[in-house]
Amino acid sequence: MNKDEMYAEMKDAIISGDKDKARTLAEDAVSQNMDLNEVIEQGFVPGIQKAGDLWENGEYFLPELITSAECMQAAMAVLQPSLEKSQITASTKGKVIIGTIEGDIHDIGKNLVAAMLGANGFDVIDLGADVKLERFIEAAETENADFICMSALLTTTMLGQKKLIEMLKEKNLFGRFKVMVGGAPVNAQWASEIEADGYAANAMTAVNTAESLMS
Amino acid sequence: MDTIRPKLEFLSQSLIQQIISEAYLILDNPGIFVENREALQLFQDAGMQVDLDSQRVRLSAKLIEDCLASTPATIKLYDRKGEKEYLVGKDEVHFDPGSAATTLLDHETGEQRKAVTADLIKFIRLTNCMEYIDFQSTGLISSDVPDIIGDSYRLYIGLLFCEKPVVTGTFRVEGFQPMLDMLVAIRGSQQALAEKPLAIFDACPSPPLKWSNLTAQSLIDASRAGIPSELISMGMTGATSPITITGTLVQHVAETLCGLVICQLAQKGAPVIFGGSPSSFDMRRGTTPMGAIETMMIDCGYAQIAKYLNLPTHAYMALSDAKVNDNQAGLETGIGAVLAALAGINVVSGPGMLDFESCQSLEKLVIDNEICGMSLRLIKGIAQRDDPIATALFAGFTPKTQFLSMPHTRKWYREEHLFPGIIDRDTYDYWVSLGKKSMPERAADKVNQLLQESSPALVDEDLQAELRSIMTADARRNGMSELPELSY
Repeated sequence: MNKDEMYAEMKDAIISGDKDKARTLAEDAVSQNMDLNEVIEQGFVPGIQKAGDLWENGEYFLPELITSAECMQAAMAVLQPSLEKSQITASTKGKVIIGTIEGDIHDIGKNLVAAMLGANGFDVIDLGADVKLERFIEAAETENADFICMSALLTTTMLGQKKLIEMLKEKNLFGRFKVMVGGAPVNAQWASEIEADGYAANAMTAVNTAESLMS
Repeated sequence: MDTIRPKLEFLSQSLIQQIISEAYLILDNPGIFVENREALQLFQDAGMQVDLDSQRVRLSAKLIEDCLASTPATIKLYDRKGEKEYLVGKDEVHFDPGSAATTLLDHETGEQRKAVTADLIKFIRLTNCMEYIDFQSTGLISSDVPDIIGDSYRLYIGLLFCEKPVVTGTFRVEGFQPMLDMLVAIRGSQQALAEKPLAIFDACPSPPLKWSNLTAQSLIDASRAGIPSELISMGMTGATSPITITGTLVQHVAETLCGLVICQLAQKGAPVIFGGSPSSFDMRRGTTPMGAIETMMIDCGYAQIAKYLNLPTHAYMALSDAKVNDNQAGLETGIGAVLAALAGINVVSGPGMLDFESCQSLEKLVIDNEICGMSLRLIKGIAQRDDPIATALFAGFTPKTQFLSMPHTRKWYREEHLFPGIIDRDTYDYWVSLGKKSMPERAADKVNQLLQESSPALVDEDLQAELRSIMTADARRNGMSELPELSY
């Protein structure tokens, strides 16, 4: 298989949601000492972009989209150690701290956003569900993150989003991180009310919003 | 002259048995997460295998069966005065407004907005007037008190202004005590409350297969106080539960049985209602449509299983995901109410509700009341009123025979036929003369009329003061010194 054929296979593995194939192709790329940045850029990324297009066109639904994102993660998990070993930093669109606020244990929406951001070239650190507000800020500072993304399912925990922004102001950190909010009770009006930088109604919008905030 | 009660069933006996038996298998292995120390202790005391680190418990079939055997098949709820009795069980159907909405659809502006105390009072007073809605629910959250006391405050307003039994629940572990105190204040003593339950407490497991600290504590506290717990499992097909309806039913039964076991271990014989709020997860939008036909099929399916287990039932039906009172609102609510009634679901939470259980509408509540009335009429079935049925009516038949003035007509017409309030049955010209009003407009008129003409069903002044002092104490513990003014 020549390089172009391999890239086409990688793209296809992501689009079709074949995790084993994505992983095997990534392993092949490592063992063949291929240029891993190019492998990502020309092999796997076009796959996730295509999956995103299929979603936008209404052909892909969440099961296809999330499976493609997980395939992307599986391939990246193989490539990452080799990239680090050869001291190449994979290009990232930005570093994201994401989590569901303390009191909320439902995190399916947050998982979708995390997976899509990760699959689309963001470096995602997922703090999980039921996360204390302090933890978001600590992690963002330690990791020198670009984004803090908070999900809330309940109106009670939604208030945590507002509180976090107040905490950022108190600590003179307001403006240092871009804050994105989402979740069932959250809307654009609430986001602007609490001075969040972005709001996303779904995982694909989250990617677009994050990209536009970085540009 | 037995009348057949029309009944809807989806599952064969062998399918029900398989679903239950797979739920048992899952509860045994891998088991279920229970993030509450006291509950885990109860499981340990009952001889179950508990991993305290991962908070996972494995339940034996024997324990589940014992707990099922000690759970009452029926529950009697009583109104605020303790006089009117409502049987929750068998195929009895009671509607109550969908609960815990975070917004109100404002009829004047057509926009959703946050509700304040005055809205909550209107909603509760209106519920009190609804003929076909037997129970009230703490169905709207007031934004003029701190969110942390949202649970007790909505119960406070509900108890002040409505005589009907109440479907409610806690938002925090500490919310239980003031809520219990208010219920005890109404009944006079904790024992009187246990003898004549006034409230049902909802508690939702977190799919898949987890009971959180808050909800497990609610089960324990409510069971010990003799308050019925309504178990609201809520898998989202293909997201937080299996994609197939039967797969989701297996998980639903497993989560519910675990909740039931917690209740029985906390207090043997504790009243439990097998409820739920599952949904057919929308794979395109990531939303949880309550108006989806598959959602309603899951509801009817678990209700049938619950009946097989001889347990009272509940479902979130007779509600809609529409954002305004449009055709979708009516059709989803109507289909849900009819199916719930045909399935014999005992507590049906939904009327008034829009937008994925998040928005209440006063106008919709009034419209839905009529839907509930029709559904309740439907399940009364076709009765044979006389024997012979009609031959006697045709004795002396002439071309001039009509039935309007027959005593037989007068005797039966109000029982055989339901008379709607705001459903439109006028002639076109008369409808034009009334201002060409649509259903929501007529409903808005009705809301105003009812609120103006009905006197508030307030408790007596001593009780008002007692409830107020319990609520004020809770508010003060949570940073609010004075409660909002009650205007009505």
